[in-house]
Amino acid sequence: MRRGLRIAAPLLPAAFALGASFGVLARASHFGAVAAVVMSATTFAGSAQVASVSVLGAGGGVAAAIVAALLLNVRYAPIGITVAHAFRGGTPRRLAEAQLVVDESWALAGGGTPRFDRGVMLGVGAGLWVVWVGGTAVGALLGGVVHDPSAFGLDGAFAALFLALLLAQLRSRRAIAAAVGGAAIAALLTPFTPPGVPIIAATAAVLAGWRRA
Amino acid sequence: MSAAWAIVLAVGAGTVALKAVGPVGVADKQLPPRIAGLLSMVAPAILAALVVSEALAHGRSLVFDARIAGVGAGAVVAVKRAPLWVVVLAGALATAVARLAS
Repeated sequence: MRRGLRIAAPLLPAAFALGASFGVLARASHFGAVAAVVMSATTFAGSAQVASVSVLGAGGGVAAAIVAALLLNVRYAPIGITVAHAFRGGTPRRLAEAQLVVDESWALAGGGTPRFDRGVMLGVGAGLWVVWVGGTAVGALLGGVVHDPSAFGLDGAFAALFLALLLAQLRSRRAIAAAVGGAAIAALLTPFTPPGVPIIAATAAVLAGWRRA
Repeated sequence: MSAAWAIVLAVGAGTVALKAVGPVGVADKQLPPRIAGLLSMVAPAILAALVVSEALAHGRSLVFDARIAGVGAGAVVAVKRAPLWVVVLAGALATAVARLAS
């Protein structure tokens, strides 16, 4: 676990700053500071958190915000299954340790390879959790003065952040096909459905390439 | 209950459960590769839809406005492997500047 903390060290300032960005964006979408911090502590998944805040801010409603965030986190089911064999102990301990699985801790600990190191994953995950929650608290307090998502260009910041998160996911042809399909579905549906619906419907793009898989 | 708290509780509980599926639920079994592959494609599809929605949607119309500058600036720094908070900052600054200029 110590080794994990050392490996995570260079990531911590960036994770703190990103946590602070989430805090500011959440306040702009009418989240209270405490709600933003509790969400970082319990959900601990940046893209899903920003997605739910963004859908709510765009007038998509509570149900669409919840579904969009959970769909983004569906990937943690297959990710968790790839490393399930490394976990030890009873259900409470496994449940607690599983919460420290995030994209970065999984990847840095060798997730998906035979060399997966649970200790490194826990160290990276724990370090990231502390600065993510702390950063959110700072951002949520600073963001208290922002009452409009378009103030200071924050609406453009949401879009830029989602694009950067997307670029990190485009590791295969299938992923690119799913992204192109998802974007097309969202653009086509936007004029005809309430906000939030196009994002959820974009999930259908995963069926592109299904037969070839 | 406010909208924010409903989201915090539902997304929190759902995410805890999704993260537990492997380590608590399946221990040593593996998903069929086709299903695992399908599930791993959900995130790129939704993130791409979120880019469209945040960059172009305004209610039910698609518009090209200052947010495009933010996405462009964010894309440039993201391709150069800048950390995500730099992407957020670049996106916000470029959008704000473009809005002032228009």
